[in-house]
Formats: sequence, structure tokens, C-alpha cells
Amino acid sequence: MMKVEAIIQPSRFESVKDALREAGIEGMTVTEVRGHGRQKGHTEVYRGREYTVDLLPKIKLELVLPDKLVNLVVDTILKTAKTGKIGDGKIFLTRVDEAIRIRNEERGESAL
Amino acid sequence: MPNAAFLTEPSKPSHAAAKNLAYGVMRVMTRVSKCLCLFTLMALWLVPARAQQSAVPSSAPAATSSSSGVAQPEIPKAVNDKLADLDKRVTAAQSSGDNAWMLVSAALVLMMTGPGLALFYGGLVRRKNALAMMMQSFAMMALITVLWALVGYSLCFGGSGPVIGDFAHAFLRGVGVDPNPDYAATIPQLTFMVYQLMFAVITPALITGATAERMKFSGTVLFMTLWFLFVYAPLAHMVWGKGGILNAALGGRFPTLDFAGGTVVHISSGVSALVCALYMGKRVGFPKQPMPPHSLVLSFIGACLLWVGWFGFNAGSALAAGSLASSAFVATHFGAAAAAVGWSAAEWLKNGKASALGAISGAVAGLVAITPAAGFVGPMPALAIGLIAGVFCYFMVTRVKAIFGYDDALDAFGVHGAGGTIGALLTGVFAQQVINPIFGAGKPVGGLDGHWGQIGNQLVGIAIAWGFALVGTIVILKITDLITGFRVTEEQEVEGLDITQHGEEAYYLES
Repeated sequence: MMKVEAIIQPSRFESVKDALREAGIEGMTVTEVRGHGRQKGHTEVYRGREYTVDLLPKIKLELVLPDKLVNLVVDTILKTAKTGKIGDGKIFLTRVDEAIRIRNEERGESAL
Repeated sequence: MPNAAFLTEPSKPSHAAAKNLAYGVMRVMTRVSKCLCLFTLMALWLVPARAQQSAVPSSAPAATSSSSGVAQPEIPKAVNDKLADLDKRVTAAQSSGDNAWMLVSAALVLMMTGPGLALFYGGLVRRKNALAMMMQSFAMMALITVLWALVGYSLCFGGSGPVIGDFAHAFLRGVGVDPNPDYAATIPQLTFMVYQLMFAVITPALITGATAERMKFSGTVLFMTLWFLFVYAPLAHMVWGKGGILNAALGGRFPTLDFAGGTVVHISSGVSALVCALYMGKRVGFPKQPMPPHSLVLSFIGACLLWVGWFGFNAGSALAAGSLASSAFVATHFGAAAAAVGWSAAEWLKNGKASALGAISGAVAGLVAITPAAGFVGPMPALAIGLIAGVFCYFMVTRVKAIFGYDDALDAFGVHGAGGTIGALLTGVFAQQVINPIFGAGKPVGGLDGHWGQIGNQLVGIAIAWGFALVGTIVILKITDLITGFRVTEEQEVEGLDITQHGEEAYYLES
């Protein structure tokens, strides 16, 4: 089991979500986050005082998947989240030791 | 505020009667002309054989009885009774119109505090202090009202002392439906009292803009109580009260043109705000830590409510529903609009963008500046005053504050103190007799009439307001600091005033 963690542009989120659903992937956790890699922020001015805003809004997607689905999901996200510009985001893959469904205490890949 | 007869000539006591006469002529002329027209028609109808007077009155001296000055040898009793009845009804109609407008104006001015100022200030602070900011405005609505009812009105408008009133009207004794002829002869004194109250409510609320995000609530309550009693009441009495030394209408020695409270409300609160900001010191983290407004949407709504409410503040200061109210209404609106243009233009040139916060701040600055001028200047000068104030306050808030480094958090001084000062000065420049012949028919009023000395008189009033606010605030700050303390601890400031002072959160996002 692998966890796919993707940080993407908020404007690409709807397309990514639709594409994943069409690919038959069910289940994800979505959080609104702030951050930056190499992307520069912008300056805001309030009554003459300047503020540099360098923590930019992003969307974080987390999916825990059986190994055989990981490549499909990664390719789907790459295809739909990419704009070609700095700030597109990143995908991280980590191994998951166990998954348990709370409702019936099922374990393993069938719990996903 | 009392609009009529601020005189700037060195006081000549023998002209007191002339002042009252001029005042009376303006106000009664409409009534007299109506009565004489009606009388003539009735006479024509009832007594066809008699010779007639001309139906159009010349500028007759203040004649309240329509049956005097007419060359009729004998007036039938029936006609006389009818005329007396008509006179009463015309007076009642006049009074009814004035009272309706003044009650609406009082409501408009209260709306300026709640929710106008509460939203405007509330949106400008960080989320953790939003409720505390609004609570401070609301607390004034409650606290000042009680103080006003008990002693405040009496201290401001009772008696005839030079600096302060007396306790004759404590507990609103003697304040009922009969007009108080010293202040507003066509409306019940209750209306005048409650209208004035709304000014007393908003003035201390303005100060909270400078002390935002670090003032103790207990300190606020104590400070504002003392400030209202010992700074606002004397200033209000000096400028608007009978016998006040700055009130020329009723015999003051240093008369200043101040139609709706540029000195009493804006200079006093603005200067006091600066003193408080300097005394308290800067917010933790200022100026390095970013502290942007948490909701400009709230500030926007608040600013628009202030603009609309200001019609009650300025046009209501005509104390009647006549042509002067119309003139002040238009001047107010034009001043706000031109100032918004001025501030936005200056900001656009400097930063490349015109911001929403800048536009609404500009409008407020214009409203402040037009406050002393509203009932004395024409529409075009109102545009000029607004434009100048918008640009001037923009520089006060963005450049001057940065140069001196004081933390006037919400620019109470930059907008109200500075705007009130420039407005009071420009009133001396632009006031005209054709708008408001307060010195009597044919007498020049301000610079545009050629009477440039008026600017000197304005400077005296400004200086007195500044000095009084400065000294009074310093003393009251010291007292407050000794009794309740004035500033929260650093931990409380970092955690936020909503939680530490009021035990609440403005937005509970999890529920």
C-alpha cells in the first residue's frame, strides 16, 4: 500500500478530482494549505504599509492506494495538474504499513 | 449643530439684539410670507369693499403676528380667530417637519457608531480582536447614553458658563416637549437632547481606532467615562453651549465657524487618539509583523454606513428641515465623493493601483473635513475641500505616520485629527454669505467673501481644541493607568482581545 500526497494549484483541483473519479479511484482526503517552493509571492499594500505574501494557497490531496493503482493515479494527477509554470506543486509517495476500516475493522488492501 | 449666527467680528455686546433679529428674520420670513398671503386672500374674500395690502411682503422686521403692520381699520373677530388658528397650524407644520427630520438625523448619527464605525474599525483589525473592537463602539452607545441622561446633557447644554454647563438639567429635569429657544426653537427639547447625545456617543468611539488591539476593556470604560465628562463636555459647551467662549451665536469671545463638530468631535478625538497611541506605545510586533485587515468587506460596509449616516451628522446640524439642511446635505455628499477621488488618485499615482481601502478611507476623510464647513460652503467649494482633504490625509496616513513611527493603528489621528484640522481651516477660506449669511445680511463670512481674517478665527478655535484635548487626555490617561491600567499584558495581546477581554471568538469556524 502506498500513500500518494500531491500538492497542487487550487485552480487545477476540480480537473484532477474529475479525472481521478473517471479513472475509477474512489476516496481521497483534501486539505487547503499554504506554502511555496520556488514560487515568488506578491505584495499587498494597506494604507501605505506593504506586506509580502509568500505563503500561497495550495490544495493537498492524500490518497492511500493498492500498489497496482499507484502509477495510474500518479499519471492522472501529472496530466491534469500540470500548467507548465513554477508553482504547479509536487507529488510524494510513501509506503503505508497498515490500513483499517473503522466500520467493520477490515484490514489490509481490502480496507482501501 | 447650532447653525446660526457664529459671529467672528470682535464681540460688540450692543449687537446682541441685532444678532437675534437677523436670526429671527431668516427663520420667520417664510412663515410671515405664508401668513400674509393667506390673510390677504381671506380679506379679499370676506371684506370685498376694503382696500388691499400687497400680497408679497417686503423684508419686514420679525413679525410673528400676521395682523400687525397691515393698514386695516378693523379686523372682524372671526377673521382674527381664523388667522390665529392658521398661525398655530403653520407653526405646527413647520415644527412637525423639523422634528421629523431631526429624529431621523439622530437615528442616522447613531447608525454611524453602530454598526458604521463598529464595522469599519472591526474589519480593519486582526480576526482575534474583531469583537473587542466592535464592543468598544457598542459600549459607547450604552455607557455614554446613561451618562448623558444623568449629567451629560446638563454639563454640555445647561447653564451659561464660559467653559462648562451646570446640573440644572441633571436627570433631564426640565427637558421635555417644549423647545429650548436658545438652541432649536422649532423642535421639542427632547429631540435636541437626543440628537446631541449621538454626537457624544461617536466621539469617544473614534479614539478607539488609535488604541486598537492593545487596550484593556476596563481601561476603556474608565477612560471614556472620564474623557466624556472632562474633555468632551467642556469642548461641546464651549462651542455649542449657551455662554461658551467659542460660541459666538450665544455670546462667545472666540467664535469659530464649526457647523457640525469639526473641532468638538474630530479634532478632539483625533488629537486624543494620537496622545493615547504615543502613551500606550506600539503593538507587539509593529511595524515588522504583518497585520493586514481581517475583513475589508466589513470595513467597506461600515464606511458606506458612515457616509449615509453623515447626512444626519451634517445636514441635521441645521436643526431644521429647511434650505440650509439641503445645502449641508449636498456639501457633505460632494465632499465625501471628491475626497475618495483625491485619495484614490494619489494612491494610484504612487502605487500604480487604487485600493478599496484607500477609496473608503478617502471618503471618510472627506466627510470629516466637510463637517465644520457643511452649512457654510457651496457645492463647488465642497468638492475642493474634499479633494484637498483626500490627498492631505493620504499623505498623513501613509507618509507622515511612517516618518514618525507612531502606531495610530486605525489612523484615528491621520483621518479625524488631520482631516478635522484641515477642514476647519478650509471652512474659513470657503465660507460664503450667499450660503449662510450668519453675520447678518450683506456681511462677508469667509475668504471667498473677502473676509480672510476668518482664517485667523478658525486658527484660534483649532488651537483651543488641540490644547484642550492634549492636556485633558494626558491627565486622564495617567489616572486611568493608576486605577485600572490601560494596556493589556504582552501575553494577552498576542492571544487576542476577544478571548482575553471578552471570553469570545468572533468567528467560531468549527461549529
